[in-house]
Amino acid sequence: MAKITIPLGPQHPALKEPENFMLVLDGEQICDATVNLGYNHRGIEKAAENRNYIQDIYLLERICGICSHSHVSCYIGCVEEIAKVEVPQRAKAIRTLVAELERIHSHLLWLGVAAYEMGFETMFMYTWRDREQVLDCLEMLSGNRVHYGINTLGGVRRDINAQQAKEIIKKINYLEERTKYYVNLATEEPTVLARTQNVGKLPYKVALERNALGPTARASGVKMDVRKQEPYFIYDKLDFEMITYDSEDVFGRVVVRVLELVESYKIIKQVLSALPEGAISVKVPWKIPAGESVFRYEAPRGEDIHYVKSNGSEIPERVKVRAPTLSNFQSIPYMLKGDYLADVPITIAAIDPCMSCTDRAVVYDAKNGKTRTFDWEELRKYSIEFYKKKGVNFSTK
Amino acid sequence: MEMITALVYIAIFPGFFFLAVYGTALQWADRKICAVMQNRVGPPWYQTLADFIKLASKEVIIPDGADVKMFKALPYIAVAAVITAMLFIPITSSPIYSFQGDMIAVVYLLTIPTATFFLAGWSSTSPYASFGSMRVMTQLFGYEVPMLLSLVGPAILAGSWSIYDISAYFSTNPKMLFFQIIGFIVSLLSVQGKLERVPFDTPHAKNEIVGGQFTEYSGILLGLFNLSIDMEMVVCAALINAIFLGGSWQLGGWASIVLFLIKTFAIVFLFTAIKAMMARVRIDQMVKFCWKYLAPLAMIQIIVDICLKYTLLK
Repeated sequence: MAKITIPLGPQHPALKEPENFMLVLDGEQICDATVNLGYNHRGIEKAAENRNYIQDIYLLERICGICSHSHVSCYIGCVEEIAKVEVPQRAKAIRTLVAELERIHSHLLWLGVAAYEMGFETMFMYTWRDREQVLDCLEMLSGNRVHYGINTLGGVRRDINAQQAKEIIKKINYLEERTKYYVNLATEEPTVLARTQNVGKLPYKVALERNALGPTARASGVKMDVRKQEPYFIYDKLDFEMITYDSEDVFGRVVVRVLELVESYKIIKQVLSALPEGAISVKVPWKIPAGESVFRYEAPRGEDIHYVKSNGSEIPERVKVRAPTLSNFQSIPYMLKGDYLADVPITIAAIDPCMSCTDRAVVYDAKNGKTRTFDWEELRKYSIEFYKKKGVNFSTK
Repeated sequence: MEMITALVYIAIFPGFFFLAVYGTALQWADRKICAVMQNRVGPPWYQTLADFIKLASKEVIIPDGADVKMFKALPYIAVAAVITAMLFIPITSSPIYSFQGDMIAVVYLLTIPTATFFLAGWSSTSPYASFGSMRVMTQLFGYEVPMLLSLVGPAILAGSWSIYDISAYFSTNPKMLFFQIIGFIVSLLSVQGKLERVPFDTPHAKNEIVGGQFTEYSGILLGLFNLSIDMEMVVCAALINAIFLGGSWQLGGWASIVLFLIKTFAIVFLFTAIKAMMARVRIDQMVKFCWKYLAPLAMIQIIVDICLKYTLLK
């Protein structure tokens, strides 16, 4: 049979968000794979340059529905560094607590998605049911299930009381029990092993070359975790392990994430048992002094980087977001080559992709093969014209 | 008169009407039980009927480049083949049609729907459908041999190739059923491949190839394909019941029908449990599993049966 090219996406049941993977197949085997990005453009970075520092917190929280706390913490880390604000210890502890709850929520969600991509619907249902416990914790702490809105410049917006701490410990204990079951399920169930072992191989060297991050890199044996390398919040005072595994395949990524869940439970218990007393926030002036800063943050999916440049006004001059998925995408063509078509969904899911956090738009001129970027006015004009052609008039003039 | 009774057999019992009603009911039971196992609520009892009515009322879209006649005819052929297969399987104590070798005929008739699935994907001219139909064929070569081999054991023991004779033999010698446990497990697993259920549902694995061989099908044609799979589930359960569980136990009348319903339901419950317990395997792993484990196990069953027949029972 001749080689055929089939598109996976932008609309495909395996993908939760639009992205395109062109697969060249020889029978069931993949000879070549290409990743095409750029199906989501939300203009968040641009919009951040039109809002003040406080408004940007809520805007950037909406970059991702799962690592919402990560993006905000990362951004706030930059701003606080420029403004030279000393954040109270209690605020730092609460941020750590929410960050770890978010990691649990993200990893449980991922475990469900991975099970679903393997066609194991029972595990998908089980993990998502247990994930509700974490969401309940987060709702109790912040009032919201996904966009917590707990961070603010100079601290956090809500305090935590003893009653809430007790409730969280209770739920974490329940999840610990359940996680033991998932560890057994993921490492012993023969069909799961058949679908994950030796699938999506990413050797240590290639992981470094292609700049893999987070659990994807740690499953290839790369010792890389910002929480250990460059501790922020109160991670330097906590006792936890950096989980690495050397099987270099999807199985390793499952193991790393499941064991990271256990570490997160440990961290939460430590934070709650030694919660520092004091204020939960300090005042930060509206106008941030001129300067620039970069912050690295270990999001559930890997290292998140934000860059903020301020010019002395209450509006940032530039906010740049580098989501971990962008970096992890580089490894996908390598992982797919030589595998089977059936392995594609689980291999892509194994990096825990978050497409719309990653995507930026560029204008590509097919005639001369050049790319360029729109400026704000041009983009506005283009969008008004685009919708006018469809019969919708958004312009007020 | 003979013509009319034949028509009743084909159209009502145990033909189209009975199979359609019981098949959709079992499909609902399968979905509901699976949902309960997965901690979900599951669909209401009329869901499968509503699905069929909805599909029947939708427009049928035929892709450019497809062979229109074949594209339209295939679902009907699948349904017809499944109904025909059911006529040879005894529900009450006396079968409707029976002859020496009808077991082979039933297996052959059950292969026709699989062939139509292959042709359905192939004639759709879509890459996803082509991959689906390629997988249908690959899978057929995986499960067909172990399935047939697992049926041969009881046939040797009973000394007949007729399904009715086999179930009658086991009704009179129920002790022999305990020796068929390997064959029972092999047939249970290989039927998962025929019915394209988890863990062997690769031909229409939605995360990989969208709708598989049925990607381009819509409307009533898709509804009929779905119906044929539901009916096939009943026929497969009935076949396993007749061969490995002694069929109607010579009860006759209503009691035998009730027994039939209970036993087929129990078999479908096992199908559901398998579905809830496992992940989908790859097509190469599926074929490997069938040839490495299922086929040798079925051979062992045959050897056990030959030994029983010619040494112990002589």
